[in-house]
Order: sequence, then structure tokens, then C-alpha cells
Amino acid sequence: MRGEKGKRGGTLDGATIGQVLTVQCIEAPAGAPEWGRWLEEIGFVVGERVMLMARALPGGDPLVVRVGQSTFALRCAEAACIAVSPEQALELQLEGSPA
Amino acid sequence: MNQAVIHVHPSGPLLALVGNPNCGKTALFNLLTGSRQKVANYAGVTVERKEGRFTTPAGKTLRVLDLPGAYSLYPRSPDERVTCDVLFGRATGEKRPDLVVCVVDATNLRRNLRLALAVKRLGLPCVVALNMADLAESRGIRIDPDALAAELGMPVVSTVAIKRAGVESLLELFDDQAVWRTASPASPSVHDAGDHVAVRNILQRLGLDDVVPHTPSDRIDAVVLHPVVGPVLLAFVLFLIFQAVFAWAEVPMTMIEDATTGLGQLVSSALPDGMLRSLLVDGVIAGAGGVLVFLPQIVILYFFILVLEESGYLPRAAFLLDRLMGSVGLSGRSFIPLLSSFACAIPGIMAARTIANPRDRLVTIMIAPLMTCSARLPVYALLIGAFVPQRELWGVLELQGVVLLGLYFAGIVGAMAVAWILKHFTSAGRQVRPLMMELPSYHVPTVRNVAIGIWQRITIFVKRVGGIILFLTVALWVLATFPSPPDGATEPAIEYSYAGRMGKALSTVFEPIGFNWQISVALVPGLAAREVAVSALGTVYSLSAEDEEEAAKELTPVISQTWSLATAFSLLAWYVFAPQCLATLAAVKRETGGWKMPIIMAVYLFGLAYLASFLTYRAAVWLGLG
Repeated sequence: MRGEKGKRGGTLDGATIGQVLTVQCIEAPAGAPEWGRWLEEIGFVVGERVMLMARALPGGDPLVVRVGQSTFALRCAEAACIAVSPEQALELQLEGSPA
Repeated sequence: MNQAVIHVHPSGPLLALVGNPNCGKTALFNLLTGSRQKVANYAGVTVERKEGRFTTPAGKTLRVLDLPGAYSLYPRSPDERVTCDVLFGRATGEKRPDLVVCVVDATNLRRNLRLALAVKRLGLPCVVALNMADLAESRGIRIDPDALAAELGMPVVSTVAIKRAGVESLLELFDDQAVWRTASPASPSVHDAGDHVAVRNILQRLGLDDVVPHTPSDRIDAVVLHPVVGPVLLAFVLFLIFQAVFAWAEVPMTMIEDATTGLGQLVSSALPDGMLRSLLVDGVIAGAGGVLVFLPQIVILYFFILVLEESGYLPRAAFLLDRLMGSVGLSGRSFIPLLSSFACAIPGIMAARTIANPRDRLVTIMIAPLMTCSARLPVYALLIGAFVPQRELWGVLELQGVVLLGLYFAGIVGAMAVAWILKHFTSAGRQVRPLMMELPSYHVPTVRNVAIGIWQRITIFVKRVGGIILFLTVALWVLATFPSPPDGATEPAIEYSYAGRMGKALSTVFEPIGFNWQISVALVPGLAAREVAVSALGTVYSLSAEDEEEAAKELTPVISQTWSLATAFSLLAWYVFAPQCLATLAAVKRETGGWKMPIIMAVYLFGLAYLASFLTYRAAVWLGLG
């Protein structure tokens, strides 16, 4: 599941280290619907700026993620719930949408 | 089945501290109350309850409750549930607070203010403590408390929890009667989703919406979380902790043991020979010594854990170990409790408090006694010395050392297997538990917080666990002493006692695993602590040894002549698994809040031990070693 999403580059687990991204949406896995709320509570809300800071070795799991002003450790499966896009993309979207 | 419970609340208004994890709430609590704290558990759950008292400048005495850290009022763990229940006024035996202090981390207003807004909606009088204000300022975040107060609609004061004068403005606020009366109307209808927008708008109006990188922490993380340097550094830290708990505690532990022995001899010489002397020396003094002897390890381990936790390194260590522990269904947080269990399971079981997830914490506690603790070493040394020949393997390895190493590995493999089975064959184990762990910015630990933390562990251990250990030691003394041998008895006194009879009765149970009745008898008093079995064997074989070392020396020729190799290996296997330590079970009882878990632990570990011994014995007999 997560590899597939990662390849598309749309979720946080597949992000490049150091790139500033914006949260597009949170999609919890069917087996753990509560993750969506939990991720939002720790700051992963739509429009928030996030950045992948580091990956653990071996295996690149878990990840260190900066969200807003805090740093969190997430496993890849958790980061895969967070759809992201490069920062500019969201700004364009915001311009087009009514404030 | 309803029981009338009458709650007697001490008089005086009650304050509650609420805040996100890592917002410096407990440091603020420590600064407000100093040593005037009471640590207990909340009714019915094993969540730590911290209450304290302090006096305001106007002389008003206030009670304050340090509620567990929470990210929101939608609980995800037992800790967060307690916070919600108390705030909603539905916690058993808890009074609803008269005033809530929302502690917010000034360096992370965006996330912290959301909880403050949610708490405000509960309709309780509320104030905001803008904590770590100094740190925010040093990072260039300038917050005007009055402007923020106007935005939030509740009083805001800056606090610095690491400075003695950092709470003065907060204390003055408590003397303002208006603060205690003003509460916004309770409005449960507003959804939390709106809070994020509200917070963003507030921050934008105050000019605080910029993302400020915390470079000092990031620079440390570049080293600590580095793919190569990070694990090396972690290995060094873990080695240091292990070395400290194992070796540094040695001197104070020997001093406590010597003092116990000395006091025992002093009492022996002062009292006439008889029951009272035996009760005092072998029961009470030995029991109290058996409690105190754990303190050096607990103090040293907790010193390291508190320093690592306060500094912010502990979550990083858990991050680095997450993958390793995740393979058996645990998280990185379980590693340090398990590591310290190699010195002694008791500090390890107490350290399992640092594991937030209740299931992971319970599994860690359940497998901690499988780590080879130092109390097993005298037993291993005796049996290996008596049965394993001293010779070299392939010219480099010492056979006796290899056997000892094998016993350590047997314990680790056993623990991993139990954790693995629990992961795959229980519903809670199959459920994927998220990590989602905050890595807070680094801080220099303060002496006050570390000292208060260590002191709390000591009092909890001595008061709660110590009482049970002392009671069990005296109970074992009664079993091993009564009834006294008849006149003209030729066998050692222990054989006539209840413990001796129990042992003899048990020998039919132990016969299939190759234990003779002497071993069975020694295992009963050996429940007090693993190493006691050595001196108990000495007593059963009527040796006149004064202490364990002497007993081991005199026992070696006796057992190597009378026991088969199969019996010796079987007993080694028994000691890898068996919970021959009532103190461990007492600690589990305290940490899990009931007798259920220690009973389950005793049953499963004795079962595992019996199985391992049976297989070992049968295999050895089959190989012709019986």
C-alpha cells in the first residue's frame, strides 16, 4: 500500500528530505480510521507546511517530520496517510478558491 | 453491585494544569509546588496522579493537579482519558477543578493554542500560562501576552518553568478573585476543526504566523539522528546506562548488604537464641535489607532516564530503536526498560512507565523478568562451576563462558518469542499501533526536576513495593521456620518446616524434570530472591556455610557428585525462565494495579520454565547424560 503511494510521490512517506511541502489531505487507512483525527491533532491539517527531516536506518522507517513548529517521528504507514504537494501548488489552489 | 463511595476532598480550591505533552507542564508543576507533591494512581487506572500544594503571595493555599499531557480532548490513551474525565467532571473520585491553567509552549503556539481553545469551551474558569517564554524570545518569537489575552478572551501570563522567579506573575494572577469567577459559557457544539482556523487567524493578527526553524535542535538532530553516527552514539549511551546500573550500583549495594548483615549480627548478639531473634534477624532485617538493596539501581537508572527524558534524547533513542523492537510488536520505548532488566527486573519494570502505549507497556513488563538479571549469576556460577569443565573451545573461547552467554541468549530469545507470540496471536497485538511520537526540542535538564523525579521513584518503591516484599520475606521465614524440628532430630531443621514439606510434596511435580527433593526444598525459600536458592541448598545439604560464597564453595563438590549432568542443565533452564523472585511479582502488582497480571506472569513463567526444564532434561537423558 505504502510503496504504491510513495511511488506516486503524493504522500509524505515518499517525500524528498528537506523539501518544504503542504498538506493536501489526510486519508486514514480502513483498518485504523482514528489515525486521521490523531494526525490532525498533532498538527497535520490541510494547508500546514511540512518537511521530511530524516529517515532511520536500516529500512528508511520510521521518519522524522517537521510540521509547523514541532517535530514528530512517524512510521511510513502513518506518513502515507498524508497527501502532500510542493508549496507553490497549494498557493495556486488557494488563489483559485474563494477565501 | 453499586457501592456508595464517599469522596472526602480536602478543602481549598483546586487548580488543574492542562497542556500538550512536552509543553513544560510538569516543570511548571515542580516549580509551583516544590517537594509538596503526592504521587498516586487515579482510581481504577494505572495512570500516575500528581497533586501538590502551594501558597499564593496573598497567603491563599491552593491544591493543584498535574493532569497528563494531551493533544486534544478526544482521548487516545488512558492518560489522555483521565485528563478529559477530570476536566468534564466525570472522573471517579476527582473533584472538577475550580480553575484550569492551560500551559502552552510559547515556541509552538499553533498546536498548543488549539487545546487551550477546546478547554475554554468547557465553561470552566481558565487562564493561559505562556510557558518557555524565554526560549521563544531567544528564537525571535515575541509574544505580547496582553494582545494574546484579548484574542483568546482569557488571562495570559508568561512563565519560565526553569527559573525560580518564572511563575511570579502566575501566582499573582491566582490572587485575583475575578479570575476564579469568570468563565466563558460552555459551548460543546463548536467543533474542533474550527479551532485550527481560529488559531491561524489569531497568529496572523499577532504577526506570529511565520515558520521559525529551531536551528539549535536541528543541529543536534543532524548528529543524533545521523544514519551512522546516531546508532553509534546510542550504543554508547546504552552501554553507559547498562554499565552504571550493573557496576556503579555494586558498591552501594554491597554496603547495604553488609549493613544488613552487621545489623543482624548486632541483634543476634544482643538477643538470646530463639524465635524472636530468628524473626528479627532472618525475617524483618533480612526483608528490609532485601528492599533497600534495590534502591541504588533504581536511583541510578532513573537518574539516566530522567536526564534523557528531560533533555529530549529519550524519544530520539526510541526512534532509532523503533524498527528493531517493532519486529516483535513493541516500540522503541521498550528498549531501556528491557536493557535495565539485565541488572534487575524491578527498576526495569518501574521504568516501563515511560512507555505511553498501555499494551506495549504491559508486554514489556511481562517479558522483563526473562532478561538475565544479576541475581541469577550466583546460581549460574554455582552450576556452571560444578558441571561445566574448564576448557577452551577452538583455542579462543572458554567453555564456561560460552555456556553463560548461551543462558543470556536463551532469556533474550524467550522474551522475543513471547512478544512475537503476543503480537501475532492476540487481537491487541495484531492491531497496528501508530508511532506518532513527538521529538521535542532539546533542553538542558534541571537539577530540580531530576531530583524530584528520583525522589518520587524512591518513595513509590519503598512505600508500595517495599511493604509487599517485606511481608513476603517474613511469610517465607514463617514457612521455613515452623514447625520447629522435634527433639533429637537428625535432619536439617528446614526439612521439618512447612517450606520443607512443601518442597518434598513438590518433588513429585519436579521429578519428571530431574530435580531431587533437595532442589525442590531449596526452591521454596529461593522464591525470596534467586540467589537465596544457593544458601538454601547449603542449608538442605546441612553445610555450615556462613554466606552464599562459602555455601557455593562447599556445595560444588557435593552437587557435582550427587547430581547428574541432566539435572544440572535442567535447573539452569529452570532459572532462565522461572519467576523465582517475589519482589518482581510485587513490583508488577504495584505497576499494573492489581493481582491479575502478577498471577498471569507467575503462571506463564513457571509453565515456560517447567517446559524448558522438561525438554532439557529429557534431551540430556536421551543423550546419555542422565
